[in-house]
Amino acid sequence: MAVAQGVRPTGQGAWVPQATSRRSRFIDGWRRFSRHKLAVLGLFIVGAWIVCGLFAPWIAPYSYRENNLAVSQQLPSAEHWLGTDRLGRDQLSRLIWAARTALIVAPFAVTVSFALGLIFGSLAGYLGGWVEGIIMRVADVLLAFPGLLFALLLSVTLKPRLVSMMEASSVLKDLVRSGYAELIIVILALSVVGWPGLARLVRAQVLSSKNSLYIEAARASGVNTWRVIRQHILPNILAPIIVVLSMSLGGAVVAESGLSFLGLGVEPPIPSWGNMIYENASNGLWRTANAPYLVWAPGAIVSLLVFAFSFIGDGLNEALNPQIGEGSR
Amino acid sequence: MTAQIIRRLLWLPFLLIILTIITLALAYYGPGDPVQVMLGPRAPKEAAEALRQQLGLNDPFPVYVVKYISKALQGDLGESYKYRGQPVGPLIWERLGVSAQLNLAALLIGTVIGIFLGTVAGLFRNSWVDYGIISTVVLLDSIPTFAITLPLLFLFAVRWRILPPGGWQGLLDIRAILPIAILSLGPMTVFARQTRANLLEVIGQDYIRTARSKGLPESMVITSHALRNSLIPLTTLFGLALGGSLIGGSFFMETLLGIPGIGRLAFETFLARDYPVITALVILTAATIAIANLVVDVAYAYIDPRIRAT
Repeated sequence: MAVAQGVRPTGQGAWVPQATSRRSRFIDGWRRFSRHKLAVLGLFIVGAWIVCGLFAPWIAPYSYRENNLAVSQQLPSAEHWLGTDRLGRDQLSRLIWAARTALIVAPFAVTVSFALGLIFGSLAGYLGGWVEGIIMRVADVLLAFPGLLFALLLSVTLKPRLVSMMEASSVLKDLVRSGYAELIIVILALSVVGWPGLARLVRAQVLSSKNSLYIEAARASGVNTWRVIRQHILPNILAPIIVVLSMSLGGAVVAESGLSFLGLGVEPPIPSWGNMIYENASNGLWRTANAPYLVWAPGAIVSLLVFAFSFIGDGLNEALNPQIGEGSR
Repeated sequence: MTAQIIRRLLWLPFLLIILTIITLALAYYGPGDPVQVMLGPRAPKEAAEALRQQLGLNDPFPVYVVKYISKALQGDLGESYKYRGQPVGPLIWERLGVSAQLNLAALLIGTVIGIFLGTVAGLFRNSWVDYGIISTVVLLDSIPTFAITLPLLFLFAVRWRILPPGGWQGLLDIRAILPIAILSLGPMTVFARQTRANLLEVIGQDYIRTARSKGLPESMVITSHALRNSLIPLTTLFGLALGGSLIGGSFFMETLLGIPGIGRLAFETFLARDYPVITALVILTAATIAIANLVVDVAYAYIDPRIRAT
């Protein structure tokens, strides 16, 4: 059922127009979002992830890289709640620190690919002609690869070169030593893979809003191209983009873990849920009766985050899109 | 419509050539010395140089590209670096069948179950049945393949000893159950959600109200009016899934379970920087996806006359 903005039912059953402010729209949106129970649950899961990632040094009982061979390969105990790995590193601490790895990679990768997707998509949709031709053909080329394989290929071929380039510069040298340089490569690979799909979505949205009267009015009054895109088109096509943004964050977490699982993303000692699955699976301990969780726990965390983001996406969809609000759900 | 199809068919070779150039550039300028991979680090200098000459690695890049493309057009995709002496074409061809069987079976099973679940969820919308189905499929789909495969293999093969531990003996072998079951979760979720969404949209349409008001029994309204129209957009989805899943779909699965398909070949050759195989795989994948997209659009226009008109 379609509810016009600024109109809401009163007690008498009559429809009375009301002034909408930004604030009431926000409250309205939150009301619709919070009706979706699983979306609210998703928010809590994502919140826990962010807290773990930000405060990992204070939450985790041990360091993620400190070896202690005296306690290697231990099953859960009071000191090490989830046991230790081959090098005697605390499993629980590594799981918590891996939240930080994912918290660096996923938002950055998604931000970069969304920035590129928004810029190229809106330019293509708005300007048309040869600009559109070139941008969309490039997007076609990139989309013709299956995403993960392309990220793999980039990481295999570009990583050694980028790492040696970074080592050569004095500023980035320490970053390479710390191991965090790999995160930059993963972010780059995921961004290159991510933007074309978004550019397509944005272009389609821009095309559908370009010919509307309010754009014509803005153009007729002499507003320049960038301003039309930024102030008039983007706000109107934002809803579907925000929904996709939420889903992409989950996808980026999986992609990072997948690359790291294959040994082509984040490499130990920096913990990632993906490389933890690999390390723990290649270590025989998990096949014993008490420790299969060593392999499924990191995977379960990744799954939980994907689940959370996909329901947050659903909730946002309902909150931002009044047309599918009330009755039709 | 016809003009558009022709335009896209003409664009296809260009797309493939650009992709070839990009992959060859990664191979040519990328790290790793294929000659060293093939001959080992202690090979005599003269032999290495001769092989380098033979592979065309001493040519300038444009020459290298032109040579590759002209050979490829004659059906010669070069020789694998990793599997020495094996031409790339047959190497891929052998494994293509395995991947195709695996992914096709998973896609078909996932689609059928997904459409069924989506229909049930849509018919009982906003009830606990609906919520149960949708949250279950989304939860199952949230689990990445690389996270679920090993634990399940552990349960079935090690703890309960019901299934053999990995491997591949053809589609009708007991070993195929686990990979197909896991791979079908993806399409199942997509189809369940999309079928439900389409069904809800169609049920709100005027012609459904008309069908009801002319006294048609509800079962007829659902089967011959609602369901039929809500299935149309799914053809697009099916085609795209078909194109996309050929190589990327079972990548982790094949690597983890030791299934000799294209995904595993891709993983092995990526790690070994076996560029002749990588290039061929990239072109094959891109061509599959591009052709699937095209076929989908044509089929879509054929099924839904409203699109043809524009």
